[in-house]
Amino acid sequence: MSEILYLDGISVSFGGFKALNDLSLVIEADEMRAIIGPNGAGKTTMMDIITGRTRPDKGVVLFQGDIDLTRMDEAEIANLGIGRKFQKPTVFESHSVEDNLQLAQKAPRGPFTTLFAKLSGAQQAAIDATLETIALAAARRRLAGQLSHGQKQWLEIGMLLMQQPELLLVDEPVAGMTDAETEQTADLLRQIAKTRSVVVVEHDMEFVRALGTKVSVLHEGSVLSEGSLEVVQNDPRVIEVYLGR
Amino acid sequence: MKLNASTWIFAALLAGITIIAPILHLALPETSPLHVPTYALSLFGKYLSFALLALSVDLIWGYCGILSLGHGAFFTLGGYAMGMHLMRQIGDRGVYGNAELPDFMVFLNWHELPWYWLGFDNFIFALAMVILVPGALAFTFGWFAFRSRVSGVYLSIITQAMTFALMLAFFRNDMGFGGNNGLTDFKEILGFDLHSQGTRVGLFIASGTTLLAGFVLCRMIVASKLGKILVGIRDAESRTRFLGYRVEHYKLFVFTVSAVMAGIAGALYVPQVGIINPGEFAPANSIEIVIWVALGGRGTLIGAIIGAVLVNLAKSYLTAAFPEIWLFALGGLFVGVTLFLPRGIVGGIVGGLGITRLMGARGRA
Repeated sequence: MSEILYLDGISVSFGGFKALNDLSLVIEADEMRAIIGPNGAGKTTMMDIITGRTRPDKGVVLFQGDIDLTRMDEAEIANLGIGRKFQKPTVFESHSVEDNLQLAQKAPRGPFTTLFAKLSGAQQAAIDATLETIALAAARRRLAGQLSHGQKQWLEIGMLLMQQPELLLVDEPVAGMTDAETEQTADLLRQIAKTRSVVVVEHDMEFVRALGTKVSVLHEGSVLSEGSLEVVQNDPRVIEVYLGR
Repeated sequence: MKLNASTWIFAALLAGITIIAPILHLALPETSPLHVPTYALSLFGKYLSFALLALSVDLIWGYCGILSLGHGAFFTLGGYAMGMHLMRQIGDRGVYGNAELPDFMVFLNWHELPWYWLGFDNFIFALAMVILVPGALAFTFGWFAFRSRVSGVYLSIITQAMTFALMLAFFRNDMGFGGNNGLTDFKEILGFDLHSQGTRVGLFIASGTTLLAGFVLCRMIVASKLGKILVGIRDAESRTRFLGYRVEHYKLFVFTVSAVMAGIAGALYVPQVGIINPGEFAPANSIEIVIWVALGGRGTLIGAIIGAVLVNLAKSYLTAAFPEIWLFALGGLFVGVTLFLPRGIVGGIVGGLGITRLMGARGRA
């Protein structure tokens, strides 16, 4: 089957510190993958590389087989169909929930088209559907800044859905959530992953277990172990990294 | 693009002032208490051009987070373009009676008009330059600054450097813009005597109408999807970028529109005050514009207009009555508003009444 994302031999260092060291990772189309690893393992740097915020010193980053992401900037990569959720929920706080979704909605992105853009019936319907999916229909006219932490996380996920990405990168979606919210988020992500590829970076083992998906363990900038959660949890090298020597 | 109620109310108010003030001036006898004297009309015309300038700064600062501390440069360039036309209109009525050359060129022993003065005898050409020169400078400046992702304090500092550099350049006699005296001694515009009552009324109406158009244009911009994206850039620039918007294109668009508005404001200002000189490029002037906007209420548009008029009213009064305390008063006003009305006069009132939604997208304190 075709892979949607192909990373090979990625290295990047910041002032002598090797954030990524010969990292290789392949994500299949419609796959959901969890990435775990201790602090400083390079998880966020990997996301930065894929989304064009950071350029790798060396290595190959290919999207959908033949698109070289290392030559593109954030906006171009986003428009190819790669969505990113930040660790800290990042929404437009002085816009309403509805407007947040409208801005994220897949549509021409140039200033002259947006100046004269009108919301079509189909677009409004898509926004309504997403509001239902992320359970914020009742809060549609509230300012995003007034939402609870968990609601902001969902709104941001909803914004990513509006982009209709092929690949979704999600950085610690349940940090700071209650147990009930965590469970709902796992449901939401599983539902989303049915029709697209999702990469989730997470610390919370219970959450990763709830996702029930293949796991890659990152350590010191490269992949240490890969497989189901049971397999990696019993891998002696993973145990050593997590429990210390 | 749907405009909200407060827009229409304020627009009607502006239109009302633009129509009623000249009527009170022309129709009522001077003895009437409601009579608007000529000097007051001229003074207000000047305030209206400042209000347009403040509006242009609020558009980029209040809605896109671009704090320009050099917007006076675009205003002054627009003013010079208009001033050059008015200089050409003097013809042979100058002190030296030279039909081809403005007085300062004769004084410098120049024998022909520099190439960049050609065409300015045509009013339409001059108007085009009022728009093109500030617009082109802003586009070029913004192209490099926004593409290199210069923002925040660094951008403010280079805008300031830009206006300072222009000031030094325009002070030089060799530049051909009249050196430190600037351009002055204008006689007429479109054949109408600049000192006549009728012309002053006309300029007042032109200022009011242009301000009204600028206000409606700004409201249309900020109410559009583009306007929402601008606010998104202001509040969460990287989120906007990762949604696939080219932030630099949006900034460039709004910065250029704003500079053109500032240039038009300058072109309205010059015939009403009768002079333009390099002092207008002074960084302090640009900082003062920011104070008008902060005082009136950043990110409200209406606040920018109110702030510009109120501060200049106070300035006109205080510089005449107590010239030595004006700067202290201005500083005190700014400190006071920052402490007690952090969202400015309009922002404070709107926030206090809890009618935030009425204003549409606007800034948080």
